[in-house]
Amino acid sequence: MRRLLIVAIPYLWLLAFFLVPFVIVLKISLSDTALARPPYFPQLDLYAGWTGVRDFLSGLDLENFAFLATDALYWKAYLSSLRIAAVSTLIALLVGYPIAYAMARANQSWRPTLLMLVILPFWISFLIRVYSWMGILGQEGYLNQLLIGVGIISDPLTILNTNVAVYIGIVYTYLPFMVLPIYASLGRMDESLLEAAEDLGCSRFQAFRLVTLPLSRPGIIAGCFLVFIPAIGEFVIPSLLGGSGTLMIGKVLWEEFFSNRDWPVASAVAIVLLLILIVPIIIFQRNEQRRQEAES
Amino acid sequence: MSEPARFAPWEDPDAKPLIRFRGVTKRFGTFTAIDGIDLDIFESEFFALLGPSGCGKTTLMRILAGFEDPTEGSILLDGNDLAGAPPNKRSTNMMFQSYALFPHLSVFDNIAFGLRRDRLPAGEVRARTEEMMALVKLQDLTDRRPHQISGGQRQRVALARALAKAPRLLLLDEPLGALDKKLRRETQFELMDIQERTGTTFVIVTHDQEEAMTVATRVAVMDHGRIAQVADPTGIYEAPNSTYVADFIGDVNIMKGRATPADGTVSIEWAEGQPALRCATELRLEKGVTAFIAIRPEKVSISSRRPGNSPNAVAGRVLDIAYLGNVSTYHVEIAGGQVIKAQTANTDRVARQEFTWEENVWLYWSETAGIVLER
Repeated sequence: MRRLLIVAIPYLWLLAFFLVPFVIVLKISLSDTALARPPYFPQLDLYAGWTGVRDFLSGLDLENFAFLATDALYWKAYLSSLRIAAVSTLIALLVGYPIAYAMARANQSWRPTLLMLVILPFWISFLIRVYSWMGILGQEGYLNQLLIGVGIISDPLTILNTNVAVYIGIVYTYLPFMVLPIYASLGRMDESLLEAAEDLGCSRFQAFRLVTLPLSRPGIIAGCFLVFIPAIGEFVIPSLLGGSGTLMIGKVLWEEFFSNRDWPVASAVAIVLLLILIVPIIIFQRNEQRRQEAES
Repeated sequence: MSEPARFAPWEDPDAKPLIRFRGVTKRFGTFTAIDGIDLDIFESEFFALLGPSGCGKTTLMRILAGFEDPTEGSILLDGNDLAGAPPNKRSTNMMFQSYALFPHLSVFDNIAFGLRRDRLPAGEVRARTEEMMALVKLQDLTDRRPHQISGGQRQRVALARALAKAPRLLLLDEPLGALDKKLRRETQFELMDIQERTGTTFVIVTHDQEEAMTVATRVAVMDHGRIAQVADPTGIYEAPNSTYVADFIGDVNIMKGRATPADGTVSIEWAEGQPALRCATELRLEKGVTAFIAIRPEKVSISSRRPGNSPNAVAGRVLDIAYLGNVSTYHVEIAGGQVIKAQTANTDRVARQEFTWEENVWLYWSETAGIVLER
């Protein structure tokens, strides 16, 4: 009985907070928009009995998904999201790997402090941290003031409301998710492996390329997915830091819901986004499984 | 040409050492790990660095491998100073205590790792790797990963990997430390066999004196960063130069007392009310100086009756008996409270143990059973 309960709790959780909302959104995505409250049609009328259910089911169709395919805005937004997420992931990797490497090679007594510093930003609300980047990156922001003050530039740079600001925002926000798994895989590595590599004729760089890098690969893959997956659907960062030219699917989704009040199309956008995310999530899960197997 | 020449290049004044340590000192901060070591190691030797943990033996090996630089002094390999040569530019290879096998590479790729760094043609790499795998009897494990094989097999992979590049000098850091006792015994002989077949010079670091005695041509006993004695195993065991070495290698009784020299022997007054002990020695001691006699338990005989004309005989009471199967060690308490150990070989399966607890016995030994030491 107790075992059943222990198994049941995560499934109940999943049912209540993922499956039920998903079915609701799926149903909305198959409906038609309507000037009503809620703003879509059909509604399920259980009092009408079987005819009610039949009418309800016959009212559902894939019209909205067909619409997504006809309007170039949507697939451009999907592609642009994938591209921004991919580029951000790559930058986060290039920035995060050296940080993780330095942490793993640091003196044992320093490591908890360094780890703390990586986690520290989480103590401040995500929204406030993104807002503060507006103050840094704006025309009159701290960055431009600094660069002009030092004399590197004479006219302020336009960073805020461009894709560059979005990259900065995403990389900054998700960097800890890149650093931590890489740090974990590097920290576990036996340092005598590097000595063995050098002893067998490797230069320092070769030892890194042939031993350190392959051994940290599970950490790199984990980190990349932990940045890439949430970055695709990111909404706050592009809407606060990005400009009118920044096309991301999260923003499109928001506009469909709240500016257009077209819930069915917005739901269809969400369903497609979910389908796109499933592929990397499955790859990520398999990587995690392999990593755990390799460790045991 | 009646018997094969004994391998003892260290006795030949003209022999050129492969490795020469000259005044090598290594300090970490204020701690002196290695304290002015002079040492020659010769081609094809199986040289053991033996000592308790913290005596500097591992540091000495890491200096040889190039992972540490000596603070003072120099090391010559084939007459060339090794100073400043990084590990990847030295013709030494090391077998690590943890084996340090690359977990992401197969057994084959682990062994081939060093060969590939030399940019040898693929065919040559394959041939040499297969030769090494045959040498350590691992042909069937080519594609396995290190975590898929047993501890003993990992040890072989580590050995094959270190030998693959045919180093001038192979360094082995506690190579058998992770194996259980039975496997360790077998592997010791394999190690000697492989050393002999490849003709490679081996330097082994170990804290296991039995292992050092079994495999090595010469043993250096280390103590606090210094070398206490270098000699072949027999020399270390039968002619230690200090009580430290005598005590570190095997079991020993040490009696301290005042010396009275006679012709070729020394008498030591070592306990109140006991006769002085006589021991043959070549040392010329002043009368009245403090000296030690070290006697191995297996050279002490035990008897229930007073021995006839033995130069050294003491009476005592059996305190403890350690039965080890092949031998029994009797701990015998002498009147003054000192305990002397005597060992007898159990040569017959059914013969009862002759002595029992609390029994009064006599211990006796010859003049040449023990050795006189000054410190």
